[in-house]
Amino acid sequence: MGTVMALFFVVVVAPLVGLVLNGADRVVTARLQGRVGPPLLQPLYDLVKLWRKEPLVVNRVQIGYVYLHLAFMVMTLVLLALGGDMVLALFAHAFSALSLVIGASSVRSPFSRIGAQRKIMQMLAYEPVFILLVVGIYLRTGSFMASAVGRLDAPLIVSLPLVFLAYLVALEIKLEKSPFDVATSHHAHQELVKGVTLEYAGPYLALIEVAHFYETFLLLGIVAAFFVRQIWLGVGVALVVYAGAIVVDNVCARLRTTWMVRCLWTVPVMLAVCNIIWLYVRRTQGG
Amino acid sequence: MAWSVHELLGRSPWFVHYNCNSCNGCDIELLACLTPLYDVERFGMLHVGNPKHADILVVTGSVNHRNARVLQNVYAQLPTPHVVVGLGVCTSSGGVFAGSYNVLGGVDKVIPVDVFVPGCPPRPEAMMDGFLRAVEILKRKSAGLPSAPAEKEVITVAPPSGPHAEESDAA
Repeated sequence: MGTVMALFFVVVVAPLVGLVLNGADRVVTARLQGRVGPPLLQPLYDLVKLWRKEPLVVNRVQIGYVYLHLAFMVMTLVLLALGGDMVLALFAHAFSALSLVIGASSVRSPFSRIGAQRKIMQMLAYEPVFILLVVGIYLRTGSFMASAVGRLDAPLIVSLPLVFLAYLVALEIKLEKSPFDVATSHHAHQELVKGVTLEYAGPYLALIEVAHFYETFLLLGIVAAFFVRQIWLGVGVALVVYAGAIVVDNVCARLRTTWMVRCLWTVPVMLAVCNIIWLYVRRTQGG
Repeated sequence: MAWSVHELLGRSPWFVHYNCNSCNGCDIELLACLTPLYDVERFGMLHVGNPKHADILVVTGSVNHRNARVLQNVYAQLPTPHVVVGLGVCTSSGGVFAGSYNVLGGVDKVIPVDVFVPGCPPRPEAMMDGFLRAVEILKRKSAGLPSAPAEKEVITVAPPSGPHAEESDAA
């Protein structure tokens, strides 16, 4: 019964939460810019509209990869919600992003390809942080199963504070927020039009939006998982982190791709590595 | 109708902007619509750079021989249902450029236009009014209802004739 509830929550409730969060993002962004902004449910209206539009397709390959993008995103969430293998979830999540890259590369639009290449650079930047996160959880719990996190006596944040900080930076990339929104952006018209989602129209763009709602929930769920046992504290922190990401999005300019990789591979990855070394030393000395 | 699909479609009109041959007056006023003072995102409108994502094609300026082909290309990339809005007097008749050796005239000589917004340039308020009229047409098109092409108001401005015209004007 608990499994059914978890599945229902992850497959049905998660995208709705992601949808409202994205709507709130647009309202808060508008208020920060001194505008009134759209209604809270604007992403829903966008979704319904995109679903009604004519599907313009360049080739069949790109459509297949849209479905894979969504399916693997849902699979990541289901794996984590059912307490499955975190390494498998990591790979599923990476393949979800990768299918967007392959789909965007299968068309001949130069802007789509620029977006795809930048998406690869983004993955190069944030994947080490995600891997170190999984390694850190393993060192703490002694298991790669996500269910082991729930059995901890102290929340993860106590033993992984530096990994948490690194994760916050990686989160900014995954949510496509400035200064890291180099692959696809609502604002980069002159530079890359729409990046990876350029050649998707109508229902297929709607599917990518739905995958983004799942992803928003997934990323903030991982933030909440750092505080597991005090789940409401975790939810509160996740909302504060999301609000912080929106503020950073509005105060930062979009910066260069190489800068992003350099930035991630220096401070956040080093922070996470320090945290891992500390955990490892404590573990080997029987602490 | 309040919660029907077509109504929801009208709540999220994304527009793509194509500048045919404009003096940039209309373009600057169009960008003013996005600013905090007017803020078209209140109506769910987004300025997109890609015709494949757009519901409304906003055209400024008159059409000439070189850009007619490009305009048709952009128009062909719009997924249905879509609406075309012409901003400014140039999109209607060619405006101050009408009669030039290279100007074809209004945008409706190349693609069907649904809404004309008069003015040189139109005020942002007039533009937003035009967008909302376009949204109504978009809903009709989505529901499969027929929509008539835009009507142009014919306003003839002729200089006063006769030797005492200026005096009679003053009186």
